[in-house]
Amino acid sequence: MSNFFEKSDLSRNEAENIISDTLKKCDDGELYLENSKSESILLDDNKIKNSSYSSDLGFGFRAVSGEIVAYSHSNEISKNSLRQSADNLKSTLKSTKGNYNHSIPKSNKKYYENINPIEQKSLKNKVDILNDVNKYLRSKDKSVKQVTANFSGEQKSIEIIRSGGETLTDIRPLVRFNVSVMLEKNGRKETGVYGVGGRQSYDAYLKEDNWKNVCDEALRIASVNLESKPAPAGEMKVVLGPGWPAILIHEAVGHGLEGDFNRKKTSAFHNLMGEKVASEGVTIIDDGTLDNRRGSLTIDDEGTPTEKTVLIENGILKNFMQDRLNARLMKTKSTGSGRRENFRHIVLPRMRNTMMLSGKQTQDEMIKSVDKGIFAVSFGGGQVDITSGKFVFNCTEAYEIINGKIGSPIKGATLIGDGPSILKEVSMVGNDMMLDPGIGTCGKAGQGVPVGVAQPSILINKMTVGGTKL
Amino acid sequence: MVKDQEYLENKASYCLDLAKKLGATDASINVGSSISETVNFRNKKLDESNRSDNLGVDITTYIGKKKSSISSSNLLQDNLNILIEKCIETTKNTPEDEFNALPDKDLLAREIKELNLYDDTHIENDNKIKYLSVLENSASVDKKIINTESSFTEDKSNFILANSDGFCKGFKTSSFVASSVAVAKDDKSMERDYEYTLKCHLDDIKSAEELGKSAAENTIRKLSPKKIGSEKIPIIFDKRIAKGILSTFASAISSSAISRGTSFLKDMIGQKIFSDSINIFDKPDIIKGLGSKSFDSEGVKTETLKLVEQGILKHYLIDTYNGKKLNIKSNGRSGGTSNLYFDNGKIALKDLLNSNSKSLYITETIGHGSNIITGDYSVGATGFLVENGEFKYPINEITIAGNFRDMFQNITLANDLEFQYSTNSPTLMIEGMVVAGK
Repeated sequence: MSNFFEKSDLSRNEAENIISDTLKKCDDGELYLENSKSESILLDDNKIKNSSYSSDLGFGFRAVSGEIVAYSHSNEISKNSLRQSADNLKSTLKSTKGNYNHSIPKSNKKYYENINPIEQKSLKNKVDILNDVNKYLRSKDKSVKQVTANFSGEQKSIEIIRSGGETLTDIRPLVRFNVSVMLEKNGRKETGVYGVGGRQSYDAYLKEDNWKNVCDEALRIASVNLESKPAPAGEMKVVLGPGWPAILIHEAVGHGLEGDFNRKKTSAFHNLMGEKVASEGVTIIDDGTLDNRRGSLTIDDEGTPTEKTVLIENGILKNFMQDRLNARLMKTKSTGSGRRENFRHIVLPRMRNTMMLSGKQTQDEMIKSVDKGIFAVSFGGGQVDITSGKFVFNCTEAYEIINGKIGSPIKGATLIGDGPSILKEVSMVGNDMMLDPGIGTCGKAGQGVPVGVAQPSILINKMTVGGTKL
Repeated sequence: MVKDQEYLENKASYCLDLAKKLGATDASINVGSSISETVNFRNKKLDESNRSDNLGVDITTYIGKKKSSISSSNLLQDNLNILIEKCIETTKNTPEDEFNALPDKDLLAREIKELNLYDDTHIENDNKIKYLSVLENSASVDKKIINTESSFTEDKSNFILANSDGFCKGFKTSSFVASSVAVAKDDKSMERDYEYTLKCHLDDIKSAEELGKSAAENTIRKLSPKKIGSEKIPIIFDKRIAKGILSTFASAISSSAISRGTSFLKDMIGQKIFSDSINIFDKPDIIKGLGSKSFDSEGVKTETLKLVEQGILKHYLIDTYNGKKLNIKSNGRSGGTSNLYFDNGKIALKDLLNSNSKSLYITETIGHGSNIITGDYSVGATGFLVENGEFKYPINEITIAGNFRDMFQNITLANDLEFQYSTNSPTLMIEGMVVAGK
């Protein structure tokens, strides 16, 4: 664990006194200390383009009173710097009064090992594999014109010191391996991208059959796209494949169920608690407790142990995702969903691993039931307008469905839908729930955090497909 | 206060000397400092204050044609020693790349132009609060507005870029940003929209009243939107999103996309990729310009480029590495464009709106639907139906799609160019795109 005060003129004791003094008239707050180390090794255009290492250290000091949050952060862990931050917080909250809430739940459970993935493998080992990836893909198919592959690894140590000196710590490993391949055939260029990752060591991805699987999948997607036709335009039925397409759930309903948007009544879901918001059979949870998953956390960034939060149960809205601030103001408890990208940012309620649970139907039944529609297997990014509820995402692998049969692949098109109503349009839920491969990063208010998603195949009665073929 | 030039220069030269001592044949260091203070309001009340004090160093070391880099926010000497040692070690173990090099010495900037990018004014949080109170009162006049969130940020930055060829320069910049996001509601819908103002100098930002009023108007006019059918229809892009078309163009002509062969504009120099009337400039020396700079992120001097002249592509955006690969000299565009803009069009906005009996005026797009390899474009959109020059009703839950190759050839520009961002476009119309709706 990092000793944040080792090289500083500020002792732990002095820090605790400044924290307690600053927060005594506040409702909540803490000093958040973070030390992260990360690396990235990139192969591109037949060469190792970049090997980089980064070390980031700093603190964020937060004071909360009523609805007001005062925040100040710095890279310098020093007496002067912490005092300056304390003065800044006090000046914002000068006329407010609160009662510090000391209660924070405890748990001994851990969802990942205390390891530093960066140090576990030599640079040479990682460079060799990236070169092998490049050779493997280029020898496998003559039309491969570009290969980009990279490893990134991180270890983040955090410490939270609350008023009175209560201290919570966590050490979080995170790795990712990604392959992108571009094919060119008859003057047409298309790409395929695939990646894997999680909160564990590189070992899981450095074995030969593992990295070859990732390469094969990227190549398969690119080959499919080379044969793609223009996508149709207009409203039609959509079958979503299992796993990563759950990014739809993340965008369409996940964000709208975050506590802050509902406290502020800017989410389309804010007045729907206890109401039917989805078809029967649709159950959605947000779970921070899955071992080694990208979105898992032992404790959140306020120190609350994470949990499995039921958001929608059999179609009925049950819970929002909460951090301490929004939970207090909405008179409920934190669900361990308070997250931040790093010490430079305030905590917001965020998703962890968002999952739609399995139902009873098969993917075959879904496809057979569609006269005209599309079958979407993989997506790139998505985005949502929380207020109007409209969301989009981009297909990276999709096919047309004609008379109950899967037809030609179609070009990357944007799908657009309405969050609050989309789950009511789900008419079949598959029995094949799958987790995504561990690649998601969610953006909110300029902060990116790693997340996971999962879902079975589902049939949506009506969505707008943004193709060019009328 | 942000760290001064002397502090940053000392850190940079310490890193440079140590890197050379430990065996680097070349090195490049960027040391930066910034302080940013933000106050947020929500529903006419103070909601959040945020003070951000940032320090950071990026170090790139070369041993012959081997290269590696590190970055850190911890500038304590002990830590720098460990990191530079690690960087050298990593460099040794990284394979050679024949194109790795510092920029050519004769291309480095010799002077820093006085572009008036720094305003020393410090606006106390109490004054930010006053501005936001006026802003939110102005945004909340109409009963249909049910939520407002506004913020005011003051930012001051300074940096030094140094390399082992003797380059050592940097400059201060400042920015003042105010923004307001409003939510409006009627019995059929809830909508959100915004307005913001961003300038280097405090005196140049929009007034609080004006900003609040405009955020509210933008939002209220979106209420009770309709969905339209799927059809081919002329699309008019509001200025705030028209600049996105230029940003995509800039990514597609970046030398990295060109040298990797991953751009639909590869091998198009000298070709007519836009309609005749289109001229595109990237001008780095605009006084108070939000993208202005005397040199790029490698220290190479920047000069105005006419990227597109009468529809013909004249230049790529070149940095040192990809320039060497393509055998073209860097044109000072490592890190991207400076102040990028379409030259003004010839017709008034009113006439553009009137040029078709029916068109769509788009004010916001969502999604990441630009593919620079194929040129395919498909995004979610909201906006207004325009008939005979009149805004008829708001539209949402539609997508607009096309391919940039065709879209670029079918652009008509209005004559309402303003410099509000670092990338700027007049209102623009593209014909031949497909809307997917009902």
